[in-house]
Amino acid sequence: MLTATHSFEETDASAVVSSALWQADAQPLLRRVAVSDAGTGEAKWIEAVERIRTRRDQEAFVALFRHFAPRVKAYLMKSGAGETLAEECTQEVMATLWQKAHLFDPARASVATWVFTIARNRRIDALRRQRRPEPEDLPWGPEPEPDQAEALALQQESDRLGAALARLPEKQRELVERAFYGDLSHTEIAAETGLPLGTIKSRIRLALERLRQEMK
Amino acid sequence: MYRIRHHPTDALLIGYATGALPEAFDLVVATHISMCDDCRAKLAAYEALGGAVLDEAEGVALSDDCLAATLRLISDSPSEPAPSAAPRPRRRGIFPAPLADYVGGGEEAVKWRPAGMGVRQAILPTAKDARVRLLSIPPGAAIPDHGHRGLELTLVLKGAFRDDGVIYRPGDVEVADETTEHTPVAEPGETCICLAATDARLKFSGLLPRLAQPFVGI
Repeated sequence: MLTATHSFEETDASAVVSSALWQADAQPLLRRVAVSDAGTGEAKWIEAVERIRTRRDQEAFVALFRHFAPRVKAYLMKSGAGETLAEECTQEVMATLWQKAHLFDPARASVATWVFTIARNRRIDALRRQRRPEPEDLPWGPEPEPDQAEALALQQESDRLGAALARLPEKQRELVERAFYGDLSHTEIAAETGLPLGTIKSRIRLALERLRQEMK
Repeated sequence: MYRIRHHPTDALLIGYATGALPEAFDLVVATHISMCDDCRAKLAAYEALGGAVLDEAEGVALSDDCLAATLRLISDSPSEPAPSAAPRPRRRGIFPAPLADYVGGGEEAVKWRPAGMGVRQAILPTAKDARVRLLSIPPGAAIPDHGHRGLELTLVLKGAFRDDGVIYRPGDVEVADETTEHTPVAEPGETCICLAATDARLKFSGLLPRLAQPFVGI
């Protein structure tokens, strides 16, 4: 989704950011909500992507792989892929994480969201055999010094959203899940889930406004 | 600058986020989002929900070789993106990047064909479950009925049209379905250029009542 290129060399800025994330993680002000067993915390994944980007760190990649690859495969199989195709596409999706680590911006999306969009696009390509027109890139994306406050805020919202989703009544959660598995045709859409999406929307809207101001 | 007033429905944005829409509708939605930060932010929120769904889901067992095969994929490809990698599509004049990519350039690259009454059209190549076309409508002329059967999205790129007393300007999307009686007419003064997607598959229109009712409104 992003075009901004970024140096692969480790920069002071990125080291500062990743250590700041870890410190913030321990601070009470972040008020991390309890995430389910499935979510091991966004800060850890942001750090892992950062390490892949700056150091080509295989250990960090393996950690991401162990968490996300089984979920990506499950997503693809629930969306209609057979076992073999799902396995093959999972490998491609995970390899894409390594190759495009420099395009990940924690101020715009959680790592899980980034993985989801890559897996979704792979599914459209492989299962539906159609192209996916993407919105025009904005000239933002990994800035030399990513906005830490924005990244932390989004991280917090992402954890809140995950917790809210986990708390939904079983039936409602299933409807949301099925919509994301591309199974709209068999889905009775629930009218209102009360998930905290508005805050994420507002946060990203503000970031866009700031960006438009800077571009003027 | 004109502030966009008419947006795709939440249901369409969700459909775009989940990857459930026909390619023709994807193109209209992606083109609108390129012009509209409100919808770009909404899309990001729906994609965040997709991320949460993925993260909360239970995984399935991988083959024993899965990690090793992935590492082989990585080591077999260049570690840095090749400079020759396909450049991302760019905006061309009034065509935002995704549309310019399908047209293969800007307005001058469109292969217009006459569609009667001075109207010209160009059908863009997409998967066949829905169709998307560019329309060029002279001032005062009506947009022809282009197989209005299910869902129909019309995005203004240049000029304006009026339908049922409402004026649609660049960036605006009119969402209509088979229950909507409508006759869009180009406003006086300037040729109106629109991107219009129609549902070519009856099967898909069965989805509409449900698609029209989003599960999460933001």
